[in-house]
Amino acid sequence: MMNTWFLPILIISAAIAIAWPLSRYMQIVFDDRSQSPIMRRWHQWLGWGLGENDATTTWASYCRSMLAFNFGMFAIVFGVLAFQDYLPLNPDKKVGLEPTLAFNTAISFVTNTNLQHYSGEAALSYFSQLSLMWLQFVSAATGLAVLVAVARVMAGAKSMGDFYRDVASASFLVLLPLSIMVAICLSIGGVPMTLSGAVEATTLEGATQTLARGPVAAFVAIKQLGTNGGGFYGPNSTHPLENPTYWTNIISNFCIIVIPMACVWLFGRMTGRIHHAHAVFGVMLVLFVGFIGYAGICEQQSTRALDGLPITSASSLEGKELRFGAIAGPLWAVSTTSTSNGSVNAMHDSLNPLTSIAPLTGMWLNVEFGGVGVGMLNMFMFIVVSVFLAGMMVGRTPEYLARKIEAFEIKLALLTILSHPLFILGGTALFAATAWGKDTISNPGSHGLTQIVYEFTSAAANNGSGFEGLGDNTPAWNIATGLVMLFARFIPIIAPLAIAGSLSSKRATPEGAGTFRTDSWMFGVILLGTVLIVGALLFLPLAVLGPIAEQLRPS
Amino acid sequence: MLNEFIRSFRLMGLSIAVCVVAYTALILATASVVAPEKRLGSLLYGSDGQVIGSRLVAQPFTRPEYLWPRPSAVDYNASGAGGSNLSPTNPKIRERADAILANYKLKDGATLPADLATASGSGLDPHISLAAALIQADRIAMSRQVEVSTIQELLQRQAASRSVPTTDSEGLVNVLEFNLLLDSQLKSVESL
Repeated sequence: MMNTWFLPILIISAAIAIAWPLSRYMQIVFDDRSQSPIMRRWHQWLGWGLGENDATTTWASYCRSMLAFNFGMFAIVFGVLAFQDYLPLNPDKKVGLEPTLAFNTAISFVTNTNLQHYSGEAALSYFSQLSLMWLQFVSAATGLAVLVAVARVMAGAKSMGDFYRDVASASFLVLLPLSIMVAICLSIGGVPMTLSGAVEATTLEGATQTLARGPVAAFVAIKQLGTNGGGFYGPNSTHPLENPTYWTNIISNFCIIVIPMACVWLFGRMTGRIHHAHAVFGVMLVLFVGFIGYAGICEQQSTRALDGLPITSASSLEGKELRFGAIAGPLWAVSTTSTSNGSVNAMHDSLNPLTSIAPLTGMWLNVEFGGVGVGMLNMFMFIVVSVFLAGMMVGRTPEYLARKIEAFEIKLALLTILSHPLFILGGTALFAATAWGKDTISNPGSHGLTQIVYEFTSAAANNGSGFEGLGDNTPAWNIATGLVMLFARFIPIIAPLAIAGSLSSKRATPEGAGTFRTDSWMFGVILLGTVLIVGALLFLPLAVLGPIAEQLRPS
Repeated sequence: MLNEFIRSFRLMGLSIAVCVVAYTALILATASVVAPEKRLGSLLYGSDGQVIGSRLVAQPFTRPEYLWPRPSAVDYNASGAGGSNLSPTNPKIRERADAILANYKLKDGATLPADLATASGSGLDPHISLAAALIQADRIAMSRQVEVSTIQELLQRQAASRSVPTTDSEGLVNVLEFNLLLDSQLKSVESL
């Protein structure tokens, strides 16, 4: 029993232990109030490289910069993917992607989702892979930049800051050094790192096997650290060249959660409310650990289709690799869906039906650490709502960080929170009722519905994992999930900017004895309740119709 | 607005130069120093210098004198890997298991280890459990005309030397490496 839970405990404690100093380091990078001489010099250099900005930026102009840059990211990569056959670094002669697939893939990587309707080693040239790797850096940096901007004005700054400078600092000072360290560790662990093409092998029995290779180590490092999750190879981190050993699996799983964890404390440090951040972190950790425990137990059940055959009983092994150990699959499944990462080390389609509720719920809530930067931004919306609810209960004007929360803020927060189920439930309804969805499922019965639900959930949570049996490379799926990813990325990024902009324009009210404290146990309980009731309850019917019905069906 | 686009382009250029060109070059250079063979895919070569495969990637084995790997949903295609993506309740898993059981011809009362009846996530899992290797010892020994204990001993040694610190403490056997070992160790036996 002790042995089973050793791996989760090791990875979570290591991530917490590193996230704390990392959040301090990120504060030094982003906090303009206490600027060190080194950071002043750095900003001077960036000014030469990027051009200077206006002295103060409103939320609207910060938002405009963000959209301009993200549109550029999309345009460049869409072009690269569609015309990769005319570009260099294509040793295995891949052809350009079909337009809807190129659209879906470019959106997918711009929005930090990394939903993949193609198989990397089969469809993409190294040039395309490296252009996606670029998006893995700058899309994660976009999330971090927006979080930092919100934290700045919530701390009392007049200016949101300079988006371009924030993205550059996030990419070059946070993501890049970590990626370099991780990529080197991975290549020592056996992950390939070469620009040579695939190699032909002749097996001992005389058959030929073509081994796809590439600059995998560099790609995988930022894929994990930036909560991107898009694999170099089709089956992602189940692939023995993407995740060769027990140890690379530990490193990768650690990387999935460490920056999202640090983001919570970064927000606390920058707003000067570290105790508030502890309370939020606690709520996230409770949900996270709860899901891991639940998934770990459910996944110990053996493969049900094999019942009654002369086969040794074991934990569910379909879609799993032996080298990671039994608990590694459910642990990763929860880590990757709670953080909007979306890489997998076991096929989620083949998880036990009850287990699959854990990754689904992780994405439905999308706040148990969440994506780089955006996880804390999602939680920001839930915080606004819970503070509002608490204020209503005692009949006092709700305040958050000494600013009054009023109709404008609460409307935006609720609309944002409710847009998430709208995308998932609306999309599922449309595709479950039409040939667009029905013709693409690969498992019978309730599991087929779960495949459709999972695909829309993954797109709406900007996650990117999938029930990969789904035949999702169709124009209908490519366009629908492409649009869902787009809106589900930018609504929850723009709304917190607008709320923070509005809150910061209000006069600060001094906190008194009657102020609802946002660093207390009581706050934690209310926040947890809000997340579960507002965030999860809407999805309960889907959980019953999909995984639970599948579990209850007699075999 | 024009200023936005100019600054966007400058950031794009700068981030591509640093995060793609410089980063990739740095990792390529470092990997060629710290992992010169692994970075090319951990390839294994035959005596004639021909690539046999990668020690990390499973290959198909069907001849009785070799150890057999886990089933693969993609027929061990290392340039288009993938899992079965079958739900654990899908009857197709049972059909596949029936065919596999017929192939292994178990003795009465024996059971097949579950890893041999389930496809891995990548279809390229290079390992099988020690138990899954030991039930193949009889077949290998018979077709190579050696004592079963010889094969069992080799397997035990291989599993111990390659023991992965997983919670399943019995250890795993790398199928391709073991088959190479079989060919090199038992050549002398064949020539007797």
